[in-house]
Amino acid sequence: MNTLVSQRWSGLLPPLRLDPVLSALLLALIAFGLMVLYSATEQNLGLVIRQGARLGFGLGVMLVMAQIPPRYYQAWAPALFVVAVLMLVAVLFFGVGRGAQRWLDIGLVRFQPSEGMKVALPLMLAALLARRPLPPGWIDLGLCLGLIALPVGLIVLQPDLGTAVLVAASGVALLFLAGLRWRLIVAMSGLVIAALPVLWLNLHQYQRYRVMTFLNPESDPLGQGWNIIQSKIAVGSGGLAGKGWTQSTQSHLEFLPEPHTDFIFSVLAEEFGFIGVVLVLALYAAIVLRGLYLASRCRDNFGRLLSGSLVMMFFFYLVVNVAMVSGLLPVVGVPLPLVSYGGTSAVSLLAGFGLVMGLHSRRRFMG
Amino acid sequence: MNTVGQFGRMRDERAEQALIERRFRVVTVLVIVALVLLGWRYGQLQLGAHEMYAARSEENRIRLRALAPNRGLILDRHGRVLAENRPAYRLVIVPERTPGLNETLDHLAGLVEISAEELRRFEQQRQRSRRFESITLKSNLDDAQVARLAVERHRLPGVEIEPYLTRHYPHQGLLAHVLGYVGRIDTRDLERLDRDQYRATTHVGKTGIERRYETLLHGRSGLERVETNALGRVLRVIERTDPRPGQDLTLSLDLDLQREAVAALGDLAGAVVVLSVETGEVLALVSHPGFDPNFFVHGISQANYNALLTDRRRPLFNRFLAGGYEPGSTIKPFIALAGLDAGQITPDTRIFSRGWFQLPGHSRRYRDWRRHGHGWVDLELAMAESVNVYFYQLAHDLGIDRISRELALFGFGRATGIDLYGETGGVLPTRAWKRATFGEPWFPGETVITGIGQGFTVVTPLQLAHATAALAGRGTTAPPRLLAVAEPARMVVHDEANWAAVFSAMAAVVHGPSGTARAVARQLPVKIAGKTGTAQVFGLPDDLDDERDSEDLPEHLRNHALFIGFAPLDEPRVAISVVAEHGGGGARVAAPVAAQVLKRAMELGY
Repeated sequence: MNTLVSQRWSGLLPPLRLDPVLSALLLALIAFGLMVLYSATEQNLGLVIRQGARLGFGLGVMLVMAQIPPRYYQAWAPALFVVAVLMLVAVLFFGVGRGAQRWLDIGLVRFQPSEGMKVALPLMLAALLARRPLPPGWIDLGLCLGLIALPVGLIVLQPDLGTAVLVAASGVALLFLAGLRWRLIVAMSGLVIAALPVLWLNLHQYQRYRVMTFLNPESDPLGQGWNIIQSKIAVGSGGLAGKGWTQSTQSHLEFLPEPHTDFIFSVLAEEFGFIGVVLVLALYAAIVLRGLYLASRCRDNFGRLLSGSLVMMFFFYLVVNVAMVSGLLPVVGVPLPLVSYGGTSAVSLLAGFGLVMGLHSRRRFMG
Repeated sequence: MNTVGQFGRMRDERAEQALIERRFRVVTVLVIVALVLLGWRYGQLQLGAHEMYAARSEENRIRLRALAPNRGLILDRHGRVLAENRPAYRLVIVPERTPGLNETLDHLAGLVEISAEELRRFEQQRQRSRRFESITLKSNLDDAQVARLAVERHRLPGVEIEPYLTRHYPHQGLLAHVLGYVGRIDTRDLERLDRDQYRATTHVGKTGIERRYETLLHGRSGLERVETNALGRVLRVIERTDPRPGQDLTLSLDLDLQREAVAALGDLAGAVVVLSVETGEVLALVSHPGFDPNFFVHGISQANYNALLTDRRRPLFNRFLAGGYEPGSTIKPFIALAGLDAGQITPDTRIFSRGWFQLPGHSRRYRDWRRHGHGWVDLELAMAESVNVYFYQLAHDLGIDRISRELALFGFGRATGIDLYGETGGVLPTRAWKRATFGEPWFPGETVITGIGQGFTVVTPLQLAHATAALAGRGTTAPPRLLAVAEPARMVVHDEANWAAVFSAMAAVVHGPSGTARAVARQLPVKIAGKTGTAQVFGLPDDLDDERDSEDLPEHLRNHALFIGFAPLDEPRVAISVVAEHGGGGARVAAPVAAQVLKRAMELGY
């Protein structure tokens, strides 16, 4: 193609349309994450290998996503969005899972359609706004909010509040990046605050419990408050330097619920201390900032908005999980991105990064 | 680079890009601020409040421990124990406290026999558990094993002998098919159970009453807050919510009657069902031979299981619930009722039996069991001597639709709804059923043999007993229940005179001078109504019926012997059905079984 580009970008990764810096950061995070997982699962190597395989698959997906030219994404966005919405509808009727119906079982694999929406919604919004003059006006805003509300509503029905919040937040982030006027932002915030009581009334009982125990964990120290209190003890007892790898006593003694999924960050904080926390947060910060940088340098609005909102999605995962583990947010069941045990979210996040890198790699050679 | 947007507004891409870049800068700042705030929060917890949390972590060794509830007992109607919980001992290992796990296992294998199966289960459980949790290696230790282990215990760190309660069925095979059994919880069970409630429970009802009333029997699990040391060993109990034990279930079964029924069957494989006519309560429910459910509680060995599976008499097969049999002549009272109701016959209608019946225009002969026939017979004699020709003619006159309708009223062709899982509904032949099943129309000859319970009709012993109870109740009875009694329901409406005619005809089967079951009349303390039947196993010429046995045939080709009846005749309180597989004739084999059980039922005051 363009000789100038290939000369400037030497190395192995650019021909694969992968950004070397971001790729290296992601690999570092994944490697460290598997190490923490090993400790959090009581040194269950089989489980770590299974998670490694899933992440390997995710990296493959990332590579594939990076190869597909952006114009296809833009053209297919509405179709993908419709399919994702239909799967969310299907999950309400044919979904499986205990308590909440989140999974679709299509024989070969089980997956959470809400994860697909994490890519499909930003795609749809970016494709729509890219064809409109920016900043978006009232009509575009209304359209976008409708497109956000539909899948978010369906996910709330499953019910999966954590994912719903993430999907909604990534959509709102996209609108913000698109230059939504400040007065509209203020108006929207007002509406959201006004809508909170309505939301509260529509929450499931267990979700209300979670919010209430979050506000006062000591009120139910054996039940719902247990998670928050024990997690804070784990984090706090880690101190500056931590208790050392595999030396966590909190998770080891079953004080922590699900130490290898949603609460893995508290194991990390307990074993590696404040130093470890700061380093890991810095690693995450580097990933997010590099991602934003790549996003801002895409060739068109579609790429910028899409990439920006995908990176912000990753960031929201991080903030919600890390804040939840330290008792700043209620327990909503959001994993620590790329570190918590579990496949679907890791694959969708890596797919997102594949898009970001693919979009960025095409910024020069286009007409 | 300006293009025209869809609203005709000028698009200034440069301005748009600048706007987006500004927003990216805002977002970047927000990201950094948010991360710094999060870092600050962790600094607070890990640096500022570290000492407090470190102390809490050190002291706070509090663990939640689930406590299994005691399973409810199962009792018979007089409070006699049918399923109980017996104290037992099991060998458990805490891997964390066991330095050389493999050596310890070898050492233990030298003391008590540990099967490959037990080792496999232990390994599996170990994978799933945390290292400080105790894992069962062998349960139900006998006294000698406990003694041997106790002596060696000081050399076996991390190995403990733990007391627990185990399910025990004191009457072994007597009630196996009714009570079912509990077994270890497996992954399939976990899918349907509430995991929180079963955290400490090891066994769950797999079949029978144990399965059907699992929720009642299990109770609610309790919770204990215990303080542990750094290794997870319990130091003291801080707080305790006691488990709520499962309910004791009092079944309608009468243990004495159950025993009598099993004894009456003796070596015969088969089923006996005794129901209360008024309430539908199940008084005796036998599928014979049974098996010892205690084997399944601790995991039956492969050899024992294979023996049960390959036994020709199929002890694992639940005959009263899922055994499908041809009703044979036991169908005749119901056909007679249909005939009376339709006005096709009166009690005095007489038919001449010369030994066979032929459809007009057909050459096939449908035979009586007595070669030269029974001569002129009315309803009473036809029932008493089980005259096939009478019922061939009646069935032919009625037509299949009327017959199907009558049989459906008595519950044939559908499950009775007893409180056990796995009941089958048998087959009630209709034109529609035949077309759906075979894609063929109904043929007149099939109506003829339906009249003597041959052909397509399939019933379970339970259905047969339920239909007999409905008959005894003059159309009213309640669905059979072992636990909660159901509302009686009027299933069939007929003229009082019709019921009386059939009752007296059925009385003649037992008490009449030529009744097929007249041999048992002597031993009965009260007058009863009954009907014998023989179900074909093998396509013998269709002239084999009640009186003619197939004794000269090898056993597995012999006909099934059936009997239905109720007692006392004037005021029916109990209904019975008996199926004796390969017993030969209903009169010779099934009727004495029924008579013995009914006699006992009368003695017991039912």
